[in-house]
Amino acid sequence: MLLEDLQNIEKQAAQALESAADPKALDDLRVKYLGKKGELTAILKQMGSLSAEERPKVGAFANEVRAAIENLIEQRSNALKAQMQEKKLAEEKLDVTLPGKAAPLGKSHPLNKVLDEIKEIFLGMGFSISEGPEVELDYYNFEALNIPKNHPARDTQDTFYIPDNVLLRTQTSPVQIRTMEKQRPPIRVIAPGRVYRSDAVDATHSPLFHQIEGLVVDKGVTMADLKGTLEMFVKRLYGEDSVVRFRPHHFPFTEPSAELDVQCFACHGEGCRLCKGEGWIEILGCGMVHPKVLSICGVDPEEYSGFAFGLGLERIVMRRYNIDDLRLFFENDVRFLGQF
Amino acid sequence: MNLSMKWLADYVDVGHISPRQFAEAMTMSGSKVEGWELEGSEIRNVVVGKLLSVVPHPDSDHLVVCQVDVGNGEPIQIVTGAQNVKAGDIVPVALHDSDLPGGKHIKKGKLRGVESNGMLCSLSELGLTAHDFPYAIEDGIFVLEEPDVQLGQDIQSAIGLNDTCVEFEITSNRPDCLSVTGLAREAAATFDVPLNLPVPEVKHTVDDIHDLLSVEVKAPDLCPRYVARMVKNIKIEPSPRWMRERLRACGVRPINNIVDITNYVMLEYGQPMHAFDHKYVAGQKIVVRRANAGEQLETLDGVVRSLTPDMLVIADMEKPSAVAGVMGGEYSGINDNTNMIVFESACFNGPSIRVTAKKLGMRTESSGRFEKQLDPATCIPAVERACQLVELLGAGEVVGGMIDVDHSDHTERRVPFEPDWMNRFLGIELSREEMVRILEKIGCKVEGDVVIPPSFRGDLEHKADISEEIARFYGYDKIPSTAIRGTANGAYTEAQKFERSIDQILQAQGLYEISTYSFISPKYYDKIRLPQESPYRNCVVISNPLGEDTSVMRTTTVPSMLETLSRNYNNRNKSAALYEIGTVYLPQPGKELPDERPLVTVGMYGGGCDFFSLKGILETLLNGLRVNGWEMEACTDHPTFHPGRCAKITVDGEFLGMIGEVHPSVCENYEIGGRVYVAYLDEQVMLAHVAAETGYHPLPKFPASTRDLALICDESLPVAAIEKAIRQAVGNILEQLSLFDVYQGSQIAAGKKSVAYSLTLRAADRTLTDEEADAAVKRVLKALKPLDVELRS
Repeated sequence: MLLEDLQNIEKQAAQALESAADPKALDDLRVKYLGKKGELTAILKQMGSLSAEERPKVGAFANEVRAAIENLIEQRSNALKAQMQEKKLAEEKLDVTLPGKAAPLGKSHPLNKVLDEIKEIFLGMGFSISEGPEVELDYYNFEALNIPKNHPARDTQDTFYIPDNVLLRTQTSPVQIRTMEKQRPPIRVIAPGRVYRSDAVDATHSPLFHQIEGLVVDKGVTMADLKGTLEMFVKRLYGEDSVVRFRPHHFPFTEPSAELDVQCFACHGEGCRLCKGEGWIEILGCGMVHPKVLSICGVDPEEYSGFAFGLGLERIVMRRYNIDDLRLFFENDVRFLGQF
Repeated sequence: MNLSMKWLADYVDVGHISPRQFAEAMTMSGSKVEGWELEGSEIRNVVVGKLLSVVPHPDSDHLVVCQVDVGNGEPIQIVTGAQNVKAGDIVPVALHDSDLPGGKHIKKGKLRGVESNGMLCSLSELGLTAHDFPYAIEDGIFVLEEPDVQLGQDIQSAIGLNDTCVEFEITSNRPDCLSVTGLAREAAATFDVPLNLPVPEVKHTVDDIHDLLSVEVKAPDLCPRYVARMVKNIKIEPSPRWMRERLRACGVRPINNIVDITNYVMLEYGQPMHAFDHKYVAGQKIVVRRANAGEQLETLDGVVRSLTPDMLVIADMEKPSAVAGVMGGEYSGINDNTNMIVFESACFNGPSIRVTAKKLGMRTESSGRFEKQLDPATCIPAVERACQLVELLGAGEVVGGMIDVDHSDHTERRVPFEPDWMNRFLGIELSREEMVRILEKIGCKVEGDVVIPPSFRGDLEHKADISEEIARFYGYDKIPSTAIRGTANGAYTEAQKFERSIDQILQAQGLYEISTYSFISPKYYDKIRLPQESPYRNCVVISNPLGEDTSVMRTTTVPSMLETLSRNYNNRNKSAALYEIGTVYLPQPGKELPDERPLVTVGMYGGGCDFFSLKGILETLLNGLRVNGWEMEACTDHPTFHPGRCAKITVDGEFLGMIGEVHPSVCENYEIGGRVYVAYLDEQVMLAHVAAETGYHPLPKFPASTRDLALICDESLPVAAIEKAIRQAVGNILEQLSLFDVYQGSQIAAGKKSVAYSLTLRAADRTLTDEEADAAVKRVLKALKPLDVELRS
């Protein structure tokens, strides 16, 4: 009799659970069947009337029924949760093509962005970074670099003077002298910085631009070292397949002197508009430090030798990004700065 | 320097080498070729023709119809508008489908109904002028008077328009290469071919120069050598075609035979020559002397020049006739009545010429050469060559003898010859013999362990110079590429790392870095309302600026930032948030050079930014850099900023920088319509106050207690004062103090404000009791009493 009732309860509960539509209904059913005042409890209360033989049987069966109903409730509950989550997810659908909420990202100035790259290359080759004043003595900018007063080499560097013996440096080369005065060899430095020449502003000229000087002094430094170092630099900057040539040139403070060209990236040496038909693009000037310059700095040229180089930053950056007007660098329009 | 390849061929045979190979090889041996041009290469299908008949056009009174024999049997018909042609004339004929300079293309067509199978050409249509062919007229058809032309012959070969001109960039240490002979020497060494430089000779002379002229050099320091020869019975006329062609190829305009000879010799030997009329040499004596104070001279260009005693002049017994090495005088030059001339071939002191030319503001071809210090030994061959050319051209009779006032130093320069040192220096292994061979090719003598450079190579002074010669002709490209020996530690300095951190922190907050000029206009100090007596107006002044806008070195970066913001604003960019690490240049009393200090400058407008946006950026920067103990306090008297929205930033009492909203009058000066915020910080002061890196703080083990405090105080009381009092009162159990509300309005008495703080209290070693937390709040309230701050009820 009781066993039948229990079976019925299980059946009814199973039916009722199937139609339970939300967690509240599910909870009500749990109370109805399994609660302290629920139907199952009510039946169990009648167990006292059973014989000692039947009692364990019915008891065990009742536990089975309870476990079955609990199981059904859990199943139903899981199903309901899944349903509801699905519904919620469907409602929460986004137009993922709407724009993101970006935190503003700052930018390096393009000149400094490329300069940082150049610094990293030289740091990797064991160079430190040195600095020197922009308002400079004539002595450091010219005299000590083997460019005496009225030397024709001064003509190519139209100079801004303060009083006569003070000027705005026309090149970063004075840092060579200052470095050698301060530091005994071995020396391996680059010195990036601003330089000034009295050129009117146009698309390719600016009275202020940036150079990067380099200086290596030690025992036994050779012109082959100069070539190897600068070739490696160019390959790091422009790619391993860059073709480089060193061609004789003249600077008063290096001997032998050279200019380094890379083969034109656009025409591979055939000659085109980019390289003005030459097939090569001039990248930097370099040479073995003139023994006179070493002596001026108190470095014995019989014991030490070295090489130096200097390159213009603006032209490298202009070629990198196909910028055709130098003025853009100093106008600082955010629409320009945001592109790098 | 432009070089005619035909001219070069007189001295060295490089005929088997293409212009491209020539250019590349010369560039690689040190004479950089900028480009080359094949004369007449733009001209195609233009030939020599003979006019058989010229008859009026039936339908036009300004056109004529010509039958032209172009050498292929059948005459062709061409209509032309030119008036200077007649039957029998030899003319350049652009045939059907021909090209002319400037991309002009000629095709047959009809002119007023009459067929025309090409075009008769003028000088300018061939890219020439009357200087190239003095017998021809400028505005009309070029009627050829050239001997030995064939009908149908290409016009280029018929008129010698077929040279190759190579343009060289010669460095300032090689004035010897500003000449055909110099480049011939380089070419011979480059291509390992013989150099053939004949010694010029004059065959026939009349009279003796010493009877007609004397020379006195009063300033031998400025004129080491002065050589003169004379020519009489001068016949001024155009020079022959070959000479005109060569001058043209080198970019020099032909004038007349005598002037052309001086230019020809200058191009050939690199030695500027001067020719002047003997009849204007007063007292028949040339005096080379310093100018007298106040002396004046009207130069060839018609300008009266005031001379000073540091300038050298060529004078006679009465007056100066030329600024030595720079320019001749108006009244001593050659003209049609000249009968007797003096050729001057001299050597002057380079730096002196440079100073003179610069002072007088007239850089000439001549001064540009002399200032590079020419070789005194070239004076004689040059003047001999000039006289030889006079003879060759039949331009006059060369007078016998020569005046040579020579104070030049004839001592041979002796440079150590150290093959081992040079091999080590260059990183090559070349035999001594190979080195000697190279040096001899370029005119050096090697005697034992000494190199004796030729006199024209004044640039060879040191064994490093000799190494360059070895390297040039051994080949820079053959020197191996090696890595520097030894190790070195490449690293940023602390200051450099600090600067990189500044970049990173500011960029992480969305700022764009800018780069501005270091020089500004002194007027910019007015634009930022700097008082007249401000020490920042004392700046490094450029004595020769390009213009006022770039005439002084800035002592503040604020104008540069404002100008950039203004440019962006006026370019209609809605917002900008920028920074620059830029240098200011502060004059230092008693020192020659200024103090160059980097400042971090931040500026912004638009995008909803306000004073606190900028302040937040600085807070993040200063805290991110671990700058210790910085403070901001209101500053009401900085003229650039809004008096109520400006703060001075200090660290340990030292000035660190400013922050504020820019004063509306300053914005007006920069034509910015909205509100602008600018701050700057001294990088070195920041760096000096960076706290040492601290170790790790263990994460808290005990819970925190929070207490919120709503306070009422006078509206003028800075919250910084409240915070300072709270921090002191709570002590080290105060983990965090945050302001979460400031309120003024109807709920609060007039003149008061409500300020609400949340205090997070925590002890490292125990759980705080409520009693401890409450006690802390009591201490706070007590400490706030003297500030008239009370708990909001």
